[in-house]
Amino acid sequence: MNLFEITNLTKVYRGRTVLSIDKLFLERERIYAILGPNGAGKTTLLRILNLLDEPESGEIVYMDRQFFKPGHKSYEITRRMCMVFQRPLMFNTSVYNNVAYGLKLRKLQRREIERSVHEVLDFVGMQDFINYPATRLSGGEMQRVALARALVLQPEVLLLDEPTANLDPHSVQIIEEIVHNHHQQFGTSVIMVTHNLFQAKRMADEVVLLVGGEVVEKTEVETFFKHPADVRSKAFLDGTMVY
Amino acid sequence: MIDAIQILAQQQSEILEIVLLSLLVSGSATVISALIGIPLGAWIGLTSFPGKGMLLRIIYTLMALPPVLAGLLVYLLLSRSGLLGELEWLFTPQAMILAQCLLVTPIITGLSAATIAGKEGIIYDHARSLGATRGQAVWTVIMESRTGIIAGIMTGFGRAFAEVGAVMLVGGNIRHSTRVLTTAIILETRQGNFAMGVALGIILLILSFIVSSIVLMNAKDFDLGEV
Repeated sequence: MNLFEITNLTKVYRGRTVLSIDKLFLERERIYAILGPNGAGKTTLLRILNLLDEPESGEIVYMDRQFFKPGHKSYEITRRMCMVFQRPLMFNTSVYNNVAYGLKLRKLQRREIERSVHEVLDFVGMQDFINYPATRLSGGEMQRVALARALVLQPEVLLLDEPTANLDPHSVQIIEEIVHNHHQQFGTSVIMVTHNLFQAKRMADEVVLLVGGEVVEKTEVETFFKHPADVRSKAFLDGTMVY
Repeated sequence: MIDAIQILAQQQSEILEIVLLSLLVSGSATVISALIGIPLGAWIGLTSFPGKGMLLRIIYTLMALPPVLAGLLVYLLLSRSGLLGELEWLFTPQAMILAQCLLVTPIITGLSAATIAGKEGIIYDHARSLGATRGQAVWTVIMESRTGIIAGIMTGFGRAFAEVGAVMLVGGNIRHSTRVLTTAIILETRQGNFAMGVALGIILLILSFIVSSIVLMNAKDFDLGEV
């Protein structure tokens, strides 16, 4: 059973096709790095997988369940995944309330919420900031809270949109460790958009290269970096791609 | 100033009556305007529709509506031959509330729409990705925009509380009936009782300060978690 089965997916923005995927199957419990130049459709794909954007056509099946097709959207399934954005927004309240937000939406008991929030903040190393105003945190700390806010919901899929862009190397390392540890412990599937090829090498099991909205290559991470099959993949890795 | 304090002390009960009516009229107008303006502003801020730009331009124009003109419109509406003449509201506190609503609603609507539109996309997406339904996401956007919305409410209350033209026209400044702080200040000034006018003005400012403090105190304690 695949995690996602995407077929004939197209997304058009202002008359321009930004995504056109004939077929893309993603497996469960793997870490995928979505790579590609700017405007390749990486973030659009992630947003569609979280139903934040709606494609013009195509079909998405999530673990054998119809997730999207024109006229049908399963928002119930989106509750089984969480997206962390490049620039995380902190709600104007404490770190505790930020992390508890999704749990409160799910009407969990107060004690259960408290326990989960403490646990996850411990997991991301932000326990000391629990009562701190979230909007006053540094960029790296905000990203850790954003991850905690997603992880506390125990998602089956974690969608990460350049989660370490604009962060210093130390913060990058912390974020990568958190994602890696959660993946190891809970078998969370991770789909991560990144521009950082080293990060893709370090973290991903598989790479999906998007160029001009199309999937150019989807392969194991080692194969991609050592023996890219497509000429565009080679050009992308060499830095000689013209787009 | 001492004269003014002495006069204030002598006329305590009448001044208290004026203060209470001022608070009742402006407070009611602000509450009614907020009940109309916040949902309307949220709708404008959160949705795209043809003519949205024109609607916003009209609202922003109405934000600068001269109080005398608002008073005149309400006067015509409530006069015997007017559309709402049968209500017989002219020269009553109800007419004053209606006139102030006309002034305050565009302010709350316009400022709510602007503050919500400025934050809408990113907050909505975050809320949705964390499992919020559409309604919960919209509520989160409104709550996250609360500082701007409260600023709009306070600006609206300030305008209602301090305006004189509209309430003078439709209220008539009738003693023990429609006299409020601003119309009382006009009356005292016209009679040459400048000290009394200044004293009433100070009362008006103090009341405005107290109301703002109460509103802002409650806004600070707001807990987003209760979604």
